[in-house]
Amino acid sequence: MKYDILIAGVGGQGVVLASRMLALAAMKAGYHVSTAETIGMSQREGSVSSHIRIGEDVSGSLIPAGQADLLLGLEPAETVRNIPFLKKAGKAIVNTHAVPPASKPPGSPEYDPEALLSFLKASCPGLLCLDFTELAEEAGTYKAANVAMLGAAAGAGTLPFSEEALQAVLEAEIPEKYRAVNRKAFEIARDRISGL
Amino acid sequence: MHLNEKKLLMGNEAIALGAIEAGVQVVTGYPGTPSTEALETIIRYSGSCGIYTEWSSNEKVALETAVGAAYSGAKALVTMKQVGLNVASDPLMSLTYIGVKGALVLLVADDPGPHSSQTEQDTRAFGHFANIPVLDPASPQEAYELTKLAFELSHEFEVPVILRTTTRVSHGCGDVAVAEGEPLPVQADWEGFVKERRWTIFPRLTAERHPWLEGVQVQLSERFSGLPYNSISGNGKIGIMASGVSALYAKEAVEAVRGFEELFTLFRVGTVYPFPEKAALSFLKGIEKLVVIEELDPYLEEQALQLIGKAHLPVDVYGKKNGFFPVSGEYSVDLVVDGINRVLERLGESVRLSHAVPAVSREELPPLPVRAPTLCAGCMHRTVFYAFKQAGKQFKKESEVDTIFSGDIGCYTLGNAHPLNMVDTCLCMGAGVSIAGGLSRTNPGAKHVAFIGDSTFFHSGIPAVVNAVYNGANITLAVLDNRTTAMTGHQPHPGIGVTALGSASKAIDIATLVRSCGVEFVKAVDVESLAACIEAAREALEFEGPSAVVFKGRCVGITKSVSRCTIDPETCTGCGFCVKQLGCPALALPAGEDKPIIQNSCSGCGLCAEICPSGAIRVEGIKQEVKQEVKQEVKQEVKR
Repeated sequence: MKYDILIAGVGGQGVVLASRMLALAAMKAGYHVSTAETIGMSQREGSVSSHIRIGEDVSGSLIPAGQADLLLGLEPAETVRNIPFLKKAGKAIVNTHAVPPASKPPGSPEYDPEALLSFLKASCPGLLCLDFTELAEEAGTYKAANVAMLGAAAGAGTLPFSEEALQAVLEAEIPEKYRAVNRKAFEIARDRISGL
Repeated sequence: MHLNEKKLLMGNEAIALGAIEAGVQVVTGYPGTPSTEALETIIRYSGSCGIYTEWSSNEKVALETAVGAAYSGAKALVTMKQVGLNVASDPLMSLTYIGVKGALVLLVADDPGPHSSQTEQDTRAFGHFANIPVLDPASPQEAYELTKLAFELSHEFEVPVILRTTTRVSHGCGDVAVAEGEPLPVQADWEGFVKERRWTIFPRLTAERHPWLEGVQVQLSERFSGLPYNSISGNGKIGIMASGVSALYAKEAVEAVRGFEELFTLFRVGTVYPFPEKAALSFLKGIEKLVVIEELDPYLEEQALQLIGKAHLPVDVYGKKNGFFPVSGEYSVDLVVDGINRVLERLGESVRLSHAVPAVSREELPPLPVRAPTLCAGCMHRTVFYAFKQAGKQFKKESEVDTIFSGDIGCYTLGNAHPLNMVDTCLCMGAGVSIAGGLSRTNPGAKHVAFIGDSTFFHSGIPAVVNAVYNGANITLAVLDNRTTAMTGHQPHPGIGVTALGSASKAIDIATLVRSCGVEFVKAVDVESLAACIEAAREALEFEGPSAVVFKGRCVGITKSVSRCTIDPETCTGCGFCVKQLGCPALALPAGEDKPIIQNSCSGCGLCAEICPSGAIRVEGIKQEVKQEVKQEVKQEVKR
């Protein structure tokens, strides 16, 4: 068994936390995991991604191009940036909530989220898109968009471990005062996605 | 002992647990990506395991502190990033002749890419240069095991040992089988310092010790050849030699080929210096061609070439030196596949390694917005940069004098980004102040400002300030005092009054220190007021001789904000001045909209409100507590 997940987003969106939750759930299911995160200078509002590799063998933590089974995109442009990692027929779930960059350095293309979302839909059959930021806000805070996307991944039924394993990790790892809102975000997203 | 307790650990955490299990008693370091979390993890267990732990003021000081401990028979660990090793290299190059008692291990984290560093230097080569053994783990599990080995070797051979990691090992997470679920207390006693001639370096002592040092390298090479961390697998005629995470990439790349064991033999080198010659020789004798896969320097390649020459082996080598693999940057499975295919083609082999097929290839991607790292929304540095930009402009208008801005290492290096463009030079920790001094000699018609963060100031800024005063350099020191070492994850430093363990210590006041160095113009300013910042910047620029302004604020990364800016759509004219001037990530002018928006990341610093030409931005809610605290500090400052 080999299953590679890539999470893409912008610094501050909770990509590292989401990656840790998936890795812990995979470990509970008895697999080896290795992850690569963006930590340091790029974290400051830049593009960030986490690679999570799950399997029977220990491998290097970077996913080769075209090998990810699942791409969780917390932001449209960042999803597109990382789509070359997704395998043909791989699953992509994208948060439609755009985060426009701070400034437009000379020569940087205009950011048109709608155009990028159309590109994603055209190039990834079975793409699941939803405004997870809004959905998380419904649950209590926009900050739970990362956990909402984990709920979506569970709802899509593609993870190599059970939803219960993931829920148990969330219960154990998320500090108590944020637990309820994250649980709610997870459940709303899961139900919304499995209903799609 | 539960030998199979599995934990999800970051490489740096695994190193910390390995060190504790090895009985480490004293840990020192200076934060630096990607090494920081090792010492931070030790801090978590410092109390329960009885380990003395400190963030030192810089890497040289950290190493020397650990040296004192190791001279006394204690087991010590020092943590730093690769460029930190440059700072610590002076004591290290001498220590290598003296050696240690107890044990002394240096964690040095390299950064191929680089992701968060000024250099792509290779610590394996440094170990070779300094005659210090280097271990090079490929995964968090190996990092844990090799840390323990490093302590054993250091104790047995009485030499410092380097555990060298790269970003993907230090900052990657993996499942690690640890011996203890919860780390146990370390032994609380050590021999104590014994006065001996060996602790005082002298030319004669060095001359005596040098042959010993070279002899140790030979013994270590012998020992390394028998260790399981240098392993051979497969029996093909094409040999692949790799170390660190590159070895895992190589394994993954060739494993995709059916019957790869018949074509390739993989030699993984875990103990890279001194090179395990015996193990390497038995590998080289079984192959016809050699492919070397390693990030950064062609270190293994050079070792292999030497050995092949020395043993007169008929093995051709394919690596960086003949263009088969990139000489720089981070490697990946795909890059290794391409390199090996180039070799296979040269060798006339018909087999090729293949890449996976992506949903969309890189070439097919539409143009994407550039999203470079930026100062956080509400960062105090933005206010200071903007203030100096304005002050510099005014100065230029009135007296036609240009201002050159030197930067330094930290979050505020990001002041170079569009649209602030406020960093004209940046070299290494503490360099900005002295570079400004040098620029002032060669560009006397210009004004010279050196921006430096609080932690960097304590790290290596002070000697440069002393030099500026001593030699009368006409420069302005702008200290960006956000009361933390922000870039690496908010560690305390000597200016805060808190130690690594969170206990109270004496806070060293930067303004007082600068004044006592002889700087005559010293001012402390609260960054809450842009006008006050511009005023202070102007006064400092006008002053002849060394001047200093300490800008006091708080890092938004560790302060809770209860305020937020809002734009009144009625008043906003859509001029976009706020977006164009500040580059604040909370401000954006989305495509198709005619007025800017304020996004979730706003922390309500109010800088945009201060500069809005039509007064359309308001701050709602106030960061009462924080502001109060900063004001108090500035008040005390003014009294002084």
